[in-house]
Amino acid sequence: MMGNIKEDKQKIDVQQMINEKKSTQNNLKIIEKIVPVFLFLCAALSILTTVGILFTLLRESITFFGEQGFFSFITGTKWNPWAGDFGVLPLITGTLQITVISILVALPIGLASAIFLSEYASDKVRRTIKPTLEVLAGVPTVVYGYFAVSFVTPILRSIFPEIGIFNALSAGLVVGIMIVPMIASLSEDAMNSVPTSLREGALALGSTRLEVALKVVVPAAFSGIVAATVLAISRAIGETMIVTIAAGASPNLTFDPLVSIQTLTAFIVQGIKGDTTFGSMIYYSVYAVGMTLFVFTLAMNLLSQYIARKFREEY
Amino acid sequence: MANNTQAQTSNQQQKSTVFDVTDLNLWYGEDQALYDINMNIKQNEVTAIIGPSGCGKSTYLKTLNRMVETVPIVRISGSIKYKDSEIFDDKYKKEDLRTKVGMVFQKPNPFPKSVYDNVAYGPRIHGIRDKKTLDQIVEKSLRDAAIWDEVKDRLNENAYGLSGGQQQRLCIARCLAIEPDVILMDEPTSALDPISTLKVEELVQELKKKYSIIIVTHNMQQAARISDKTAFFLNGEMVEFTETDTLFSTPSDKRTEDYITGRFG
Repeated sequence: MMGNIKEDKQKIDVQQMINEKKSTQNNLKIIEKIVPVFLFLCAALSILTTVGILFTLLRESITFFGEQGFFSFITGTKWNPWAGDFGVLPLITGTLQITVISILVALPIGLASAIFLSEYASDKVRRTIKPTLEVLAGVPTVVYGYFAVSFVTPILRSIFPEIGIFNALSAGLVVGIMIVPMIASLSEDAMNSVPTSLREGALALGSTRLEVALKVVVPAAFSGIVAATVLAISRAIGETMIVTIAAGASPNLTFDPLVSIQTLTAFIVQGIKGDTTFGSMIYYSVYAVGMTLFVFTLAMNLLSQYIARKFREEY
Repeated sequence: MANNTQAQTSNQQQKSTVFDVTDLNLWYGEDQALYDINMNIKQNEVTAIIGPSGCGKSTYLKTLNRMVETVPIVRISGSIKYKDSEIFDDKYKKEDLRTKVGMVFQKPNPFPKSVYDNVAYGPRIHGIRDKKTLDQIVEKSLRDAAIWDEVKDRLNENAYGLSGGQQQRLCIARCLAIEPDVILMDEPTSALDPISTLKVEELVQELKKKYSIIIVTHNMQQAARISDKTAFFLNGEMVEFTETDTLFSTPSDKRTEDYITGRFG
């Protein structure tokens, strides 16, 4: 059989064909050289953007701090730029309130969902629930804002009659709901990538499924879960639309979630909404607040890297 | 081998049954993987299960501690009695069975924790919290698994820093820490180098004084070296199950003879 085929077909010299092909493709070398440069430029673009943003923030903030003083900015307890009060603490407590409330909502629900999806749900259930959960992440935040004001706040009012129409609690709860899918989905990815052999090892020692989930899978996926949580916290700190709509615009230095507050982000929206003249103190204060926001998210990222490194269980 | 034979003849009468398997059939979905297995496994013996790939020997081993049921489509009929208790009985909890019947896997699978926490995991989930007690259990288990001298100075290091052979002995120590009656071993040396393999084999000889061991192996020489009894599986059936010496010298079934003489498999 083999002999027949050889006789029928002409002799093929693969090496010779490769050489012929090579000699006609000199431009291949140039492409090989250009492509990595192009790829590097794409990667550098995002770094340049970050540097650019930081530069803009710094330049305008420095002007602001030169006029108002850095210390009085970060320790001032009153924020009313139109009256010349530039104490950022009320905005910071406002942002903290939203962040804390939202994480209190999102972390338990998100983790529980992730554990369910990764450890208990059948493949079919997981394939249905996970995309549904991710749809929640695609809802525009402005819709969440209206959901907070028109649905959540009235419910809260039936529990706390004294609650304001704009309040931190409602906005925080809804920001929490918004970031649940993020925590759930990323944590589930981390848990799913824990090797099955570890689960088997634990089961074979007489662990229940819950013990496997909590004592083997969650610790092994811990760095992934921390990463997910910190991303979610950064998202909550930076969330703008929901808090602008539902939390109000009253910079109150308070930890009472039932009253109206203003977050860093919500002030930035208010500050650049048109009636601010270029070069005014309010204009510069927007950048100072932006800088504060930047420092917060940067700190969160550094913290997450530290935690993830310290508690990493490598497998 | 000579020692084994002597031990067998003197102990044969008193040895009690650990597993009594009757008419065991198992299906993965529509595919039947085990056919009418009947087997009586004695205490303090090393039982080897040999056979070509896909013959059902690993499936059978995992049925004994019900780990096979982690595959959702598995169906089982028949009976397995572990010391007179039916393990498929609704009242018999899988977790209780697995506390008595430990398992060592083909690939070492330590947890991504410290050496100490790996061994202490079992006792901890079963409610042992006292630090001093745990220290003792960890040391004893590591000694029994013949790895104490190698890891005693690195108990707090991640287990993944150990070599493959050390990881496997750590997994054995982890299994010993809850003092099971039976240890199931699923090709425990197939991922190890010859020296580590030798260490594990020596360990098995040592462990059988206290534990009953059922070991699945691809390696017929290994079965001949370390086991008291050997079962030969083929295509989901148990072809022959008898004294290891007998099985390898005078097999009663033609298929066993073909396999051990290397005519297939």
